[in-house]
Amino acid sequence: MTDMLLTHYNYWVVMVLMMIGFYIVIAQGNLVKKLVGLNIFQTSVFILYISAGKVSGGSAPILDDAISVYSNPLPHVLILTAIVVGIATTALGLALIIRLREAYGSAEEKDIQEQNQC
Amino acid sequence: MLSHLPILQVILPLLAAPSCLILGRPALAWGFSFATSAAAMLISMLLLQQVWLEGPISYFLGGWEAPWGIEYRIDLLNAFLLLIVSSLSTVVLAGTRQSVAAEVEANRQTLFYVSWLLCLAGLLGILATGDAFNVFVFLEVSSLSTYTLISLGRDRKALWASYQYLIVGTIGATFILIGIGLMYMMTGTLNMQDLAQRLPVVADTRTVFAAYAFVIVGVCLKLALFPLHLWLPNAYAYAPSAVTAFLAATATKVAVYLLIRFSFTVFGADFSAMDIPLHQLFIALGLIAVFSASLVAILQIDIKRAIAYSSVAQIGYMIIGLGLGTAAGLQATLLHLFNHALMKGALFMSLAAVALRMGSTRLDDLAGLSQRMPLTAMAFVLGGLSLIGVPLTVGFISKWYLVIATLEMGMWPVAALILVGSLLAVMYIWRVVEVMYFRDPPASTQVSEAPVSVLLPLWLLVIANIYFGIDTALPVSVTADAAQALLGWGK
Repeated sequence: MTDMLLTHYNYWVVMVLMMIGFYIVIAQGNLVKKLVGLNIFQTSVFILYISAGKVSGGSAPILDDAISVYSNPLPHVLILTAIVVGIATTALGLALIIRLREAYGSAEEKDIQEQNQC
Repeated sequence: MLSHLPILQVILPLLAAPSCLILGRPALAWGFSFATSAAAMLISMLLLQQVWLEGPISYFLGGWEAPWGIEYRIDLLNAFLLLIVSSLSTVVLAGTRQSVAAEVEANRQTLFYVSWLLCLAGLLGILATGDAFNVFVFLEVSSLSTYTLISLGRDRKALWASYQYLIVGTIGATFILIGIGLMYMMTGTLNMQDLAQRLPVVADTRTVFAAYAFVIVGVCLKLALFPLHLWLPNAYAYAPSAVTAFLAATATKVAVYLLIRFSFTVFGADFSAMDIPLHQLFIALGLIAVFSASLVAILQIDIKRAIAYSSVAQIGYMIIGLGLGTAAGLQATLLHLFNHALMKGALFMSLAAVALRMGSTRLDDLAGLSQRMPLTAMAFVLGGLSLIGVPLTVGFISKWYLVIATLEMGMWPVAALILVGSLLAVMYIWRVVEVMYFRDPPASTQVSEAPVSVLLPLWLLVIANIYFGIDTALPVSVTADAAQALLGWGK
């Protein structure tokens, strides 16, 4: 059991972060906090990708005659794209919150839904 | 030039989007977007013809061969969907100029067309690519622009609908990202065909099972399968009318395509039938979607919202066909993709015309509409008949194939439920017909027929609804071959 915990610790970190983020998205009523939760959720997936690219004993993927084992650079490159997507999502989400606050006078889910009811 | 069609299909709207921004004036932006969309349609027609005659096309981006480089692979299935998406975008755009001018603030209209083109590029990209990670990138391109388009609606509720969709959509896309990551860990490749070859070797591991689960749930969020559909009715109801017509006709179709592609091509048809009874689950969820969404649609006061719920029900039919897992079922799903795009395009376009003249799509405001806007009302009725599945319309064709496919499997209760579901559609369409045709219009208001520029594309869709209901040769032969290829490829 402890062995499982220790050898796969990166996945545990990913899972814990993912659940924290997911919980914030569901449980928090404040729109900005929801977005922060979404960010944590996405970040956990970035870590999943990056840690999967690590090769034991491998060096950074910079070509050198002295080194024969390199870490896999592809997941890093993929996740750069995903990070950019994440930033775009956050920016759009924040812009929406600003306009929601202008329209409803609040950034709380509860207030907005109350106003939508009537 | 012809050999570069697969990439041109995507890059054309993608490059046109920032160019559109430079044009500035909304009228110019509209004309430019329309021309771009029409060019994309032309390219997809050429592609379909090429694939039909010569078989699948592989295109290597930047000349890097697959599986190292990104491959765009066009086969019958996605060539058919490329044509659906690009042609519906073109037809809807043709009729949106006035609708957008009335519903979107003047300083945002150019940006509206920019987002539209980006969304189109994203959707076409998802369809054209043969690379799993590329799917995620284009999914986000189309999603982000969709959130923007929805938030441009007049009502402040549009902002809220857009925010909710952003949260749900991002979770869905991130799930797909996790699934793709797990697949990459197990196989070391992202190319779909390469994945299809390497996954069977490791198919029994829990990681691959988790990857499949993440991808399926993520895609189902995007395609609004019951019970993950809650974002859709609000998003469709409060988005600008033109956007609703565009999204209803294209976005969910692309999500269904992803489900088909991942289930049948990447994981293979055998894998889809593994440990958990996924087929039965799809049929059950599809049926629940048909009934629950249709019942809610009957109770709606706003017709645009009712038809949005009807979309959830129609997605249910597509998922039932998929759940059958046979060539006939798959063909029914593909046929319904095409037919649903035509009918929902027509229905939402006629509602856009109503919103343009009446400023509302609430049931009470539609009283006596047949006297004021006879052509628009007629178009709505014909679109509605097609939705119900009356013979001589496209709706009948897809229901027919779906019922035959279920009977082939001996699932006659499912077939019976599908027919009962159609009766529910009669109810929510009839409510509207009754108000439009058998009530007197309020004397005080003077409303004239929608302008020709809206009626032309609207009636083009209505006529397509009837034409493809009678002459079914093209969609039936293409979908039959595409379904065969999908099942053959998986084995």
